[in-house]
Amino acid sequence: MAINWFKYSAPSAFYGLAGKLAPWFAWSSAILFALGLYISFFVAPTDAQQSEAYRIMFIHVPVSILSMFIYLVMAGYAALGLVFNTRLSSMMATALAPTGALFTFIALWTGALWGKPMWGAWWVWDARLTSELILLFLYIGFIALHASIDDPRRADRAAALLGIVGAVNVPIIYFSVKWWNTLHQGSTIKLTGTSMHVAMQQALLLMMLACWCYAVAVTLTRVRSIILERERGTQWVAELEEIK
Amino acid sequence: MSEFFAMNGYAFYIWGSYGLALAIFVIETALVRHKRKITLQQLRLMRDAGEEESV
Repeated sequence: MAINWFKYSAPSAFYGLAGKLAPWFAWSSAILFALGLYISFFVAPTDAQQSEAYRIMFIHVPVSILSMFIYLVMAGYAALGLVFNTRLSSMMATALAPTGALFTFIALWTGALWGKPMWGAWWVWDARLTSELILLFLYIGFIALHASIDDPRRADRAAALLGIVGAVNVPIIYFSVKWWNTLHQGSTIKLTGTSMHVAMQQALLLMMLACWCYAVAVTLTRVRSIILERERGTQWVAELEEIK
Repeated sequence: MSEFFAMNGYAFYIWGSYGLALAIFVIETALVRHKRKITLQQLRLMRDAGEEESV
């Protein structure tokens, strides 16, 4: 089966595709959250050192990883838009930014609520925490810069530059726990294996997939509105069933 | 049951984490759906205004 993927680089074609896909991602997310939360709270055993407090991990780790991943995807789309002048790529970058920023905020918040009972401090200026805070500022900067320029194509280009330069921060966050002596713990899951209980691994994986599906569902829904806004005045938008 | 919600003394931290995450997911979902509604409404208004002009 040959699918012409380039077809979907046209906003008009992607609008329809996104509309079909979004509900599937939304429902998958709901089911995965239900399963993931069940294992997180009822199956995964109590941690020997951190007691029940470690259960914050099942939301903290997925949103933190995704906050970095979404940034890279956003910067990637922004770069595509900048280089190939494809309208849809820039719209996708704009649609991803708010979700990425919110994930970063949840990562910082849940981290603070974990840090207080475990370290005795809501916040420390440790390399991992500081670089994640910078990630939040990068997202906010991207959104604010885009919003401050009236001409959408110019806004795309300016925000893309900021986004691409800011991508340097992502490996810094990721490797900070290795490069510097941080209070934040290193990864428990390594390429060489893990000492983590299997139920904890399952819960983490399910919560990760749930958060990913959620992010895809909201981004697709958001990009559809952005497409309509920016393509208004075109024939295909005027002929859409939903505005009849 | 109450033992479960007490989370061995970590209730505030755990439910504070999951509570905020849930609140953000619910609010963001509501916002993107609202935005879609508003965008479609605006398009309808624009089209109606355009039709009046062309008559």
